[in-house]
Amino acid sequence: MTANIVLKAKGITRQFPGVLANDRVDFDLREGEIHALLGENGAGKTTLMNILYGLYRADSGEVYRGGQRVAFHSPKDAIKRGIGMVHQHFMLVPVFTVSENIMLGAETTRRGTLDRKAVAAHVRELSHQYGLDVDPLTVVGDLPVGIQQRVEIVKALYRNAEILILDEPTAVLTPQEAEDLFRIMRELTQRGVSIIFITHKLKEVLTVADRITVMRAGKVVGTVQPQETNEAKLAAMMVGREVILKVAKGEASPGENILQVKDLQVDDRRGLEAVRGVSFHVRTGEVLGIAGVQGNGQTELVEALTGLRPIHAGKVLMNSHEVTGKPPRPIIETGMAHIPEDRQRHGLVLSYPVADNLMLCTYYLPPFGVRGVIQPRAVDVNARKLVENFDIRTPSPYVPTSKLSGGNQQKVIVARELSRPIKLLIANQPTRGLDVGSIEYIHKEIIIMRDRGVAVLLVSAELDEIMALSDRIAVMYRGQIVATVAAAEVTRELLGLWMAGATPDKV
Amino acid sequence: MQSSEERTSPQTKSIMRFLRPTLNALGVPLLAVLTAMIVGGLIIAFAGGDPFMAYIGLFQGALGSPRALSETAVWASPYIFAGLAVALAFRGGLFNIGAEGQLAFGAVMAALIGYALPGWLHIDLPAFIHIPLAVGFGALAGALWAAIPGALKAYTGGHEVINTIMMNYIALNLTSFLLNGPMRDPNPLNVIARTPGIAESARIPPIFSGFRVHWGFILALLVALAVWWLLWKTTLGFEIRTVGANPDAAKYAGIDTKRTIVLTMALSGLLAGLAGTIEVTALNYRHELGFSIGYGFDAIAIALLGKTHPLGVVLAALLFAAMRNGGTRMQFLTQIPVDIISVIQALILLFVAADAIIRYIYRIRAREERVVLTRGWGG
Repeated sequence: MTANIVLKAKGITRQFPGVLANDRVDFDLREGEIHALLGENGAGKTTLMNILYGLYRADSGEVYRGGQRVAFHSPKDAIKRGIGMVHQHFMLVPVFTVSENIMLGAETTRRGTLDRKAVAAHVRELSHQYGLDVDPLTVVGDLPVGIQQRVEIVKALYRNAEILILDEPTAVLTPQEAEDLFRIMRELTQRGVSIIFITHKLKEVLTVADRITVMRAGKVVGTVQPQETNEAKLAAMMVGREVILKVAKGEASPGENILQVKDLQVDDRRGLEAVRGVSFHVRTGEVLGIAGVQGNGQTELVEALTGLRPIHAGKVLMNSHEVTGKPPRPIIETGMAHIPEDRQRHGLVLSYPVADNLMLCTYYLPPFGVRGVIQPRAVDVNARKLVENFDIRTPSPYVPTSKLSGGNQQKVIVARELSRPIKLLIANQPTRGLDVGSIEYIHKEIIIMRDRGVAVLLVSAELDEIMALSDRIAVMYRGQIVATVAAAEVTRELLGLWMAGATPDKV
Repeated sequence: MQSSEERTSPQTKSIMRFLRPTLNALGVPLLAVLTAMIVGGLIIAFAGGDPFMAYIGLFQGALGSPRALSETAVWASPYIFAGLAVALAFRGGLFNIGAEGQLAFGAVMAALIGYALPGWLHIDLPAFIHIPLAVGFGALAGALWAAIPGALKAYTGGHEVINTIMMNYIALNLTSFLLNGPMRDPNPLNVIARTPGIAESARIPPIFSGFRVHWGFILALLVALAVWWLLWKTTLGFEIRTVGANPDAAKYAGIDTKRTIVLTMALSGLLAGLAGTIEVTALNYRHELGFSIGYGFDAIAIALLGKTHPLGVVLAALLFAAMRNGGTRMQFLTQIPVDIISVIQALILLFVAADAIIRYIYRIRAREERVVLTRGWGG
């Protein structure tokens, strides 16, 4: 197996203020392979790729493209040498059509006007050739995320990319969409495209990669074949210690009902029915997991329960108080904690110091607010305690929260929500986009809360997470709960079927 | 735990990294002022004047004598109040362009209480009651005038920029009507649109006899301190800043965002109302049409130059006041028209608003933007 090496990085070092993001990194990519680059957030994966793509310059080290030494000054140079990158956040204009987006920056013109027809034909041809199934005339904003991603891939292929860098491509995809992506990736490699696949999800790497390189703290830890490793070994390489992937939890001992929801109906932002008559309950000391492909009403359900969205019909009882249609504060005051789906939009004020975010929901209560005046000492004591107890990695509690990594930002929310006396925890996608270490940590905290008698409502699109934490599982499909089962009595396959809309025979 | 060691070791460097933006925040306005003065000097030289003489005149006129200092403080008082008004609204995520109207409405109300209240009550009021009443009603009038666009924003989504501009027109025309009609000074010698003089008991006295600088200036400084305290030391201030920084998170945290928006606008209007009130009760002793033209708009420049911080607002207001005040002396000394001051002020604002120019000229690295651009170092 001595396939051509199409791209090679040698001894790449890149320093950022306070951080050595890449430390003498070696990396190579063979023709027609999928080479996974695995590492936690902040391990230096994206920095390395940005150097290979010409977004950054390395402080030292060399890059070779097809055996020839190259120096990219901008992505333009990289694109010229056949390298394409699909970013985690798509670079698409939502109001443009697929072909308009694809030709953007590489417009084909005919007598001074855009030659849309030629572009559309080319896009169709590429899309057909690689089994991408993209219609060039659709407006991008109307497409689901998974298809938008394919548009990005076509965009790179349109510019004659032979090397594709995919930065966390599955972070935004449903399990089905991810499967489709893997199929497309294999298709691409069979036609000679080489792929660098950046991720921190272990399962995916083992399914799809030909080789796996693991990075930690700016260094390459090693390169392995998927056959000779497994999830536990990879996780240990990533984190630098043994990681418990299975959540250790004992039997649940559920008690009285804390949250009771009856025939709840909620509209979404456009006024369409998103939650269509949902009823369930959560008891003390148990985790009810709500499984479902994203966009089946889970977001609206949680927003309604937490007072962020008006309720159209139905009833919500918290701790036997009726809270239907109440604003967030009275609901919070009945003992509700909420880990929101969009941590940067709802959960944090990014410009605030960590200390202020750690009292965001209780600033007006003693010890923080006394007669309308904020007590800086109490804020400080609280912040130092939580930073220590929840292992939030920050140089000081007074650093703007925007400076923290995603995992530590989430820990700020978790610390704040779990450190006050609560009866119900509503956690919506609590570990999305986080690294293995943080996921392990947050899962452990959720189980600790359960064992202390807190009722937990867990909403997640990650089936593994639902299976690992829940005592009972409810499956949401098109705004309704199609099944509620005990976690022990259900298989992954069955849940997957229900999530896809198959009706269960028994409930 | 290898990784934790690696993260804590460059701690001092990290601290510097977080300090630098603060230094930048102070540096850019100062450099903007300096650059505007240099460019202004070039313009003076180009027009055939002597920039050094001009600036000497400006300095003398602004700070060169006790009288000059007193006059600068007189100019600064409404600037501080109005600048605080705009800055407070900015902190709450609102752009109050309506300070001009709130100020005018506050001035009318203060004047009315000042000249008419003793007549209505048929008693002579002592100053310690009459002054607070006049100032208080003036401030409340400004608060009310701003609360209207605040409520429109909170409950209907109507944008405050549009609505405060509309409220400006209403206030200015209403003032014009009142000063020409029901509230016009009935003195047969009076030929202009103005109210009667306010009662002695409603007048805020000068600090030193023989100088015009009045206790309103001290009040302005105290109010600046109070605004700082309110914003950073109270739960209400926390609410205002949270709604301003991230309204979604504010709602999530249980803050009544609608109420906070109305309250923020009302407080902003209260401060603007004080600007007008002080001019009536401490300086002119009546309301005269057109006295305030531009305070409310200069206030936006002052708030931005002061980086929407109360201390910065005070410094920026003093600077603007010194330039306005010194301009007269400059014109007298060098025959350079006082309008050059407006040019320099406009340049300051330009450089503060488009701070990339300043960063480019003085090679100040905008580290903040780099981080945003790259979204961190990894992951």
